[in-house]
Amino acid sequence: MTEIQFSGFGGQGIIRLGLISGKALSLYAKKHATMTQSFGPEARGSACSSQVVVSEDRVLYPYVSMPEILVSMSQEAYDKYEPELREDGILIIDKDLVKARPARGKIRTYEIPSTRFAEELGNRITANLVMLGFFTAITQIVSPEAMKKALPGLVPGRFLDLNIKAFDKGYNYGKKTKDEEKKQK
Amino acid sequence: MKKIKADPKGVLTGAHYLDGDHSLAEGGLAAGCRFFAGYPITPSTETAERFSERIPKVGGIFIQMEDELASIAALIGAVWGGKKAMTVTSGPGFSLMMENIGLACMMETPIVIANVQRGGPSTGLPTLTGQQDMMQAKWGSHGDYEIIALSPDSPQECFDLTIEAFNLSETYRVPTFVMTDECVGHMHEKVVIPPAEEIELVERKWYTGPKDKYLPYKPDKDMIPFMVKAGDGYRFHTTGLTRDERGYPVINAECQDVCVHHLVDKINKNADKIIKLEEQEIDNAEVIVISYGITSRVTTRAVEQARKAGIKIGTIRLITVWPFPEKRIKELAKKVKAFVVPEINCGQVVLEVERCAAGQAPAIHVPHCGGWVHDPDDIFKAIKEAAK
Repeated sequence: MTEIQFSGFGGQGIIRLGLISGKALSLYAKKHATMTQSFGPEARGSACSSQVVVSEDRVLYPYVSMPEILVSMSQEAYDKYEPELREDGILIIDKDLVKARPARGKIRTYEIPSTRFAEELGNRITANLVMLGFFTAITQIVSPEAMKKALPGLVPGRFLDLNIKAFDKGYNYGKKTKDEEKKQK
Repeated sequence: MKKIKADPKGVLTGAHYLDGDHSLAEGGLAAGCRFFAGYPITPSTETAERFSERIPKVGGIFIQMEDELASIAALIGAVWGGKKAMTVTSGPGFSLMMENIGLACMMETPIVIANVQRGGPSTGLPTLTGQQDMMQAKWGSHGDYEIIALSPDSPQECFDLTIEAFNLSETYRVPTFVMTDECVGHMHEKVVIPPAEEIELVERKWYTGPKDKYLPYKPDKDMIPFMVKAGDGYRFHTTGLTRDERGYPVINAECQDVCVHHLVDKINKNADKIIKLEEQEIDNAEVIVISYGITSRVTTRAVEQARKAGIKIGTIRLITVWPFPEKRIKELAKKVKAFVVPEINCGQVVLEVERCAAGQAPAIHVPHCGGWVHDPDDIFKAIKEAAK
């Protein structure tokens, strides 16, 4: 079982990250995956999160208690959710938006300027898809093909190509990051 | 009961990634629901939203009503107009529906009501889960009557059991409830919608005799009276007052006795046919955990722990909560040390277990006031206590 938490501020497409991942895992990767989201008085601009629990068998407890993987796309979300990340977990952040403290325990941190990359591609709204591509390459929890297959219906049809481009940008950057990590070892 | 296949127009065949709320709507549409009237309320609003988008495309009607009382009134009207009708709500809206739910019971009108439960009382926890309306589903309106209530544990079952709710509702001419909760309602999971030809529906029992001979409340051999469609030329009367077979008010104790007994008996005497349970490893069990909805999923984790600890444990998941599986619990009470009943309330269904066990075995409640699901450890602790 793997617990994943996506976090950021309302309006960044954080819930969408959970939806796309959950759909890719459930429908195109033969896993069981539930997606729940923080349902509080969250408003646009404040910290929000979506949670995906992945398992070989039926998910019994759909909430994340101590995530193995935390994705943070805002400082507030990082500050709020980072303390719950497992000490051997993976932390993935937008490095322009999050100033991370020195990592606890054996936490491995991966950084990407996802919002900046999205702006370079022409629309910052796709920053979440850049992040999703990066997340896919780093965690290898599901194939990039499955993720892309999950996009129709979850991103507006007319922006599908742009979203795929954003995903690829993040994915390639993630692969490079992984390759460099291997070389250093 | 005549069985028919689902109309492919309303069936979104395929594998989807849906939350429970959306699945309720898809279940309704697949079951042939072509009339939705409701008033949006968290955490059930997504169901209404999906209906508003989908139902016009399959030739149905969506109305946002002024309130929940009116929503049920609209459903009753639509059903007598020949439609299958459904609404969705949560705690505060459920309370407002109660008066007209009683009317639907008295008028023997098949309607389906989904309650995506949140923590109460009153406005309580709009965005967080609860299972605190279980007794209200059974007793919420005044007077004596029986209803049917089902409890899905997943988005998939929100789809499946909404179809089942329509079938039961049509079979017994009774309001039927899909008692889900915020956790299942807002949880996304894989939902497989089968092809229309694999979905079996119960056709309403239409009266086809001479127009001047129709009696809306004359029980047929199976206890259930025939229905007609308003506007098809049958003269009939229906009311909330105690009535005779013609549907006209008769205000005395004799008629009341026949009328109310019928409302209660048609469900109770068919309870064995209605009730669905999921039982696991019951045969040699010393302790049986009884749960429903999302709590039964969390319970499975505690049960796995208990098995590892060597406790002989069985489980019953109540897919049907009302009518209650009285006979089965009575039977098992003679064989087990104890029942454990976790539910997200301060003690509701546990009272039924206790009643049916009638002192033969204790029913240990694992309460939770709502806002979250149980910690499986709390259920495990209760199981250990029960096994002593």
